[in-house]
Amino acid sequence: MSSQAIFYKTPKDLPREEWFASGHRLCAGCGAGIAARLVFKAIRGPTVVVNPTGCVEVSTSCYPYTAWKIPYVHVAFENAAAVASGIVEAMKILNKKRGKKLHDVIVFAGDGGTFDIGIQALSGALERGHNMLYICYDNEAYMNTGIQRSGATPIGAATTTSPAGKVIPGKQERKKDLIAIAVAHRIPYAATASISHPLDLVNKVRKALEIEGPKVLHVLAPCVPGWRYPPAETVRIARLAVETRYFPVYEVEYGRVRINIKVKEPKPLEEFLKMQGRFSHLLRPENAHVLEALKKAVEENWERLVKLEESGVTL
Amino acid sequence: MARQAQERIAIMGDEAVALAVKQSNVDVIAAYPITPQTIIVERLSEYVANGELDAAFIQAESEHSALSICVGASLAGARVFTSTASQGLALMHEIVYATSSMRVPMVMAIANRSLNAPLNIHCEHGDVMPERDSGWVHLFATNVQEAYDLTFIAFKLSEHPDAQLPVSVNLDAFILTHSVEPLTPISDDDASKFLPPRQPLYSIDFDNPATFGTMALPDTYMEFKYQLKEAAERAGQVYPKVAEEYARISGRRYWYFNSYMADDADAVVLVLGSTYGTLKAAARRLRESGLKVGVIGLTMFRPFPEKQLVELLKNAKSLIVMDRAYSYGGLGGPLYMETLAMLYRNGLRVPAMNVVYGLGGRDFRLDEAESVLKMALDGARRGRFDEHVIWWGVRA
Repeated sequence: MSSQAIFYKTPKDLPREEWFASGHRLCAGCGAGIAARLVFKAIRGPTVVVNPTGCVEVSTSCYPYTAWKIPYVHVAFENAAAVASGIVEAMKILNKKRGKKLHDVIVFAGDGGTFDIGIQALSGALERGHNMLYICYDNEAYMNTGIQRSGATPIGAATTTSPAGKVIPGKQERKKDLIAIAVAHRIPYAATASISHPLDLVNKVRKALEIEGPKVLHVLAPCVPGWRYPPAETVRIARLAVETRYFPVYEVEYGRVRINIKVKEPKPLEEFLKMQGRFSHLLRPENAHVLEALKKAVEENWERLVKLEESGVTL
Repeated sequence: MARQAQERIAIMGDEAVALAVKQSNVDVIAAYPITPQTIIVERLSEYVANGELDAAFIQAESEHSALSICVGASLAGARVFTSTASQGLALMHEIVYATSSMRVPMVMAIANRSLNAPLNIHCEHGDVMPERDSGWVHLFATNVQEAYDLTFIAFKLSEHPDAQLPVSVNLDAFILTHSVEPLTPISDDDASKFLPPRQPLYSIDFDNPATFGTMALPDTYMEFKYQLKEAAERAGQVYPKVAEEYARISGRRYWYFNSYMADDADAVVLVLGSTYGTLKAAARRLRESGLKVGVIGLTMFRPFPEKQLVELLKNAKSLIVMDRAYSYGGLGGPLYMETLAMLYRNGLRVPAMNVVYGLGGRDFRLDEAESVLKMALDGARRGRFDEHVIWWGVRA
């Protein structure tokens, strides 16, 4: 976290209000649920959430119940950034013409709705520059439909459409770099965060809300059935993702990269992998080459970020 | 008090729609360029850029997003407009259904154009027909003045508490969008009186939070859809009141359809869009020769004005339904199939034939209109038609 933007120093500084209510239907130990609870604690005033189709949507908005104590909008899967664009601009013009109260607009979207089917709407919204915070909770596959690969699934991970087969051992392609895509739009703020580091997460949400323009926050949110681990391990696995450099926690503010959690001595990637069923095949000798490819992708990404930070280059 | 004589101007259809939208106190416009609706959004962006219209103009990166932006803006409480055609409407399809089922008021102008393939930018109703069953109100203009007037009526109807539904105003590609015709606009004052700033029934509001676009399982989904059905039917009941209110400021009275001498006609031709004008001109000629023909141009296609059409058709001896669209593998064009169902369930045994014409913008001239009317007369005389469906002028 940058020094100038600490809104919450300890968990006690967080408001007691729960805008994302308990009683929703997410799985026990769901990382996305933890992310939602934290994110909406950091709102700063009137706020509306736009949530595309996905796990969080189906688990929190099943008529006649709702887990949302703030205004909530769901329309479809691929259009959250567009719906949010319309809300932002309508609020602005209605505020000017008829004094309607301005609301912060937060998109809360999964990786399928962001990396894949929603990428066009997201790109359009970022290019147009609407004042919104787009948050992707990333559980690295299409979990709501039963764990299919997405553009956010890492190399080697087994999903129901990239199974660990005898010939093809899991997904063969790299994960898309969402932050690089976002930053390519020259937006003022893009960052990653992990539910294992809640203060970093809530401060980034709040910091982003203070910045005018489009902001993107990419939050790693482990998935119990999709990653295949016991429900109690969600936060531990999220922390290992950070500590192994698998998921670097950094921010890009006006094009300048800052790594928020310096992982000087990373734990072996295997410590993160071995806790999850989706990677179990990677630890078998015949798949050593896939494990190597994943390690290479992880190291390259980390080194790239370090170089970007050290060089002080503006992206 | 006598109304002041209103100024007549010459204007093309797209520009007339843009003018009506400008006068309608609209708050948000989102669209994506596609021929032949582009001029509508070009004009609107000019109005906004020149400060003549205080609205947000958003050019989306696709029609899918354009309509999604409109949904978001309308839920925030704005009066919202979009326009599209053909492929653009097809790309919007998913959100078209979400819009009506979420009961989101807005107006969309559709410059009716054929659907790819083959690629073709000309007039056809094949683009709007896939949206037939969506719950949107679909209005069809027969000329530029109607496209202008129906835009005001569409906003009022869309936001009416009894309807709360999106409304489309359909105008034929090029034939209306790009034709310069005389137009008598209403004054800005009258427009503002007819359409004061939108007062949404409900909107996004932190102090009164609501969850929009919920999931509904089999135990409640049907009730949502039943409410949509009821709303669509109520929109049909509210429409004459809205049209009457508009008549008071404009002097122009709209109904579920235009009709020309249909009530005492032996042979009637039913059609959508600008072809009504062509048929009417042909019918006038034939009437001068004492031939009892009539023409109906349907203004409101959804909800379908069954009762009023049955009343008008009850004495007809034959009916030709003209479709500028087709249901491939089906019994005919969409208007024909709807009409057959209407006739059957109201016990009208009038012989009816479908003429499919003008696909991809193929011209339909005055002499051809005369031939179709004569064909209808022949059906009336013989009490039957030899075929169910003919493809007019096709080189088979």
